[in-house]
Amino acid sequence: MNSPMRTAQETQALVERSLGRRYWAERRFRFYGLAAVTAGMAFLVYLFVVIFSNGLGAFRQTEVRLDIFYDPAVIDPNGTRNIDDLHAADYQALVRAALKQRFPEVEGRAASRELTRLVSSSAAFDLQRRVVRNPALIGTTETQWLLGSDAVDLLQKGHVDAALPEEQRPLNDRQIGWLKKLDADGALALKFNKTFLTGGDSREPERAGIWGAVAGSFFTLVLTLLLSFPIGVAAAIYLEEFARRSRWTDLIEVNINNLAAVPSIVFGLLGLAVFIGFFGLPRSAPLVGAMVLTLLTLPTIIIASRAALKSVPPSIREAALGMGASKIQMVVHHVLPLAMPGMLTGTIIGMARALGESAPLLMIGMVAFIVDVPKGITDPSTVLPVQVYLWSDSPERGFVEKTSGAIIVLLAFLVVMNTTAVILRKRFERRW
Amino acid sequence: MEAAQVERAGLNLKPSSRMPEDAAVERPVEVGKTVGNIAVDDPIFSCRDVDVFYGAKHAIKKVGIDVARSQVLAMIGPSGCGKSTFLRCLNRMNDTIEGARVEGSILLDGKDIHDRKQDVVQLRARVGMVFQKPNPFPKSIYENVAYGPRIHGLAGDRVELDEIVHHSLKRAGLWEEVKDRLQQPGTSLSGGQQQRLCIARTIAVNPEVILMDEPCSALDPIATARIEDLMEELRQSYAIVIVTHSMQQAARVSQRTAYFHLGDLIEVGETDRIFTNPRHKLTEDYITGRFG
Repeated sequence: MNSPMRTAQETQALVERSLGRRYWAERRFRFYGLAAVTAGMAFLVYLFVVIFSNGLGAFRQTEVRLDIFYDPAVIDPNGTRNIDDLHAADYQALVRAALKQRFPEVEGRAASRELTRLVSSSAAFDLQRRVVRNPALIGTTETQWLLGSDAVDLLQKGHVDAALPEEQRPLNDRQIGWLKKLDADGALALKFNKTFLTGGDSREPERAGIWGAVAGSFFTLVLTLLLSFPIGVAAAIYLEEFARRSRWTDLIEVNINNLAAVPSIVFGLLGLAVFIGFFGLPRSAPLVGAMVLTLLTLPTIIIASRAALKSVPPSIREAALGMGASKIQMVVHHVLPLAMPGMLTGTIIGMARALGESAPLLMIGMVAFIVDVPKGITDPSTVLPVQVYLWSDSPERGFVEKTSGAIIVLLAFLVVMNTTAVILRKRFERRW
Repeated sequence: MEAAQVERAGLNLKPSSRMPEDAAVERPVEVGKTVGNIAVDDPIFSCRDVDVFYGAKHAIKKVGIDVARSQVLAMIGPSGCGKSTFLRCLNRMNDTIEGARVEGSILLDGKDIHDRKQDVVQLRARVGMVFQKPNPFPKSIYENVAYGPRIHGLAGDRVELDEIVHHSLKRAGLWEEVKDRLQQPGTSLSGGQQQRLCIARTIAVNPEVILMDEPCSALDPIATARIEDLMEELRQSYAIVIVTHSMQQAARVSQRTAYFHLGDLIEVGETDRIFTNPRHKLTEDYITGRFG
């Protein structure tokens, strides 16, 4: 057979011979895909296990039960119940007295100091707060759970190896002995760490809370959304629907695409120079943070919004214009509702990125050590990723689990934010 | 962008000296190379020397034609001959295409539609359009029809709007089929129903002319027949210009037919005459099926 044409049987045979190879290629590809997904999942699971096993401890804190005598001689020697006096009193002395009473056998300055170190130095603030709120406590004795020091907390959570030589441990043998006694009395317990979820940052790991950073992140992101979504969508609509194609719009388009790839710290430098340096806005404020993050997310939102607008079928535009709708009516009544899900997707991506950014915020001072929880957009504050960075950089061993705890809170924040956005998008996605 | 185009088109307008002001019905007017009578008595649209450019492409060349009232004008021709482009000139839909340029004079009731004083929104309210593919808005059936009256402020209150919607759907022959599901999406209808919904939507703003760009090309024969019946009925009140690929359809629905070829208007005439006795060689070749 010299003719290129084959008989039906020959063709069939050739097709059959090639089938095996084709199916094998398909199977191989599916295996690669499955392997890649499995590997990805495995890393993700490992990551979560590590973060949660390290971080869950941050939500529990060791507390020590002591009988506190609110000694009038210490708190209010003048007996005036003056609020300023109550504030200024030495509450640490009450803690010391309570410990001394609990362990009367302890003698000497060095031993007393070691004993005092079992309880967090910030426990005195809790006592102060109680007394100021209720001065009637003065003169009474109250059984109180006080915050244990970070070393006690570490020991209680099993992070201190008692087999190590004494000088390499945060607690010496004598202190461990006292703690064992307390434990035997049931005066030592791991309790839910409310401070971590409701407090601001602190130098002491046992006192450090994440709420300041959560509030800072919240203010910053809400403001970022309020700024970047309208501006981004409006810019996309203008460029896509109204602007005439010219060298200028081409230039703008190229620049927007380039801005999306600019390292984020550059936006921080820009914010520092322009918003803080030139306009004199406050440092470390969510307002400035939001403006910087707006610059960062705008390109993402504009690009996604333009793609969403492009994907609206031209027949809808023609229908609207053919009915005599003006251009803005066409866009607002018909194009925008159809493009909204795509625009929201872009916004979700942009906001998720904004939530995770720390570098540009370092530049505008949101890395400062701020104890107070911010109450507004101009209060100094920090944000969750920066808080993670700050704690991971702290030398105290107690901050290790705080760091992981902060990551858990950050992830929870992200999940809540994205879920809200996805639900919102679903509502717009009514397909007709 | 629109303003600039309008201005340019306006500046390039030729003096309409060749307008047959006192034209008799059968007086032939020499424009371009067109064979037959392009003029009619008391036209609603009067187009002379219309050129359309898409960038460098000369899509329509010196086309002149009148559109009569209460008549269906069919425009036929092979693909790419410019008949849709010409149709889109009549309500300035070409303005929306970047790089498109329209020159020449198009008079609607004696007024140039490219005049600076002519608002394009108002023009499109007077000259409605039905597109090739049914394109109802992704909204309810009611909203589809109510949209035009609403943006143009034609209804004083809800009752009046309901009345307009009811009347328009009825005229489009769709009322009986959809009266129980007005709140359902327009896109849930069948193709033929969707196209009638688009017609209802168009007549809801009470236009003077309805442009139809191959309205039946996406429909089955039964739906097509319904639309054709509808056109026959609608022409009592509206002037209709239809672009169609089907010569049978042109023969069935129209009173006048225009044959386009590569951007030229070759021949215009009474539909019966065009299909039985074409004068131009190209027209004859096309309607006898030698090409197209």
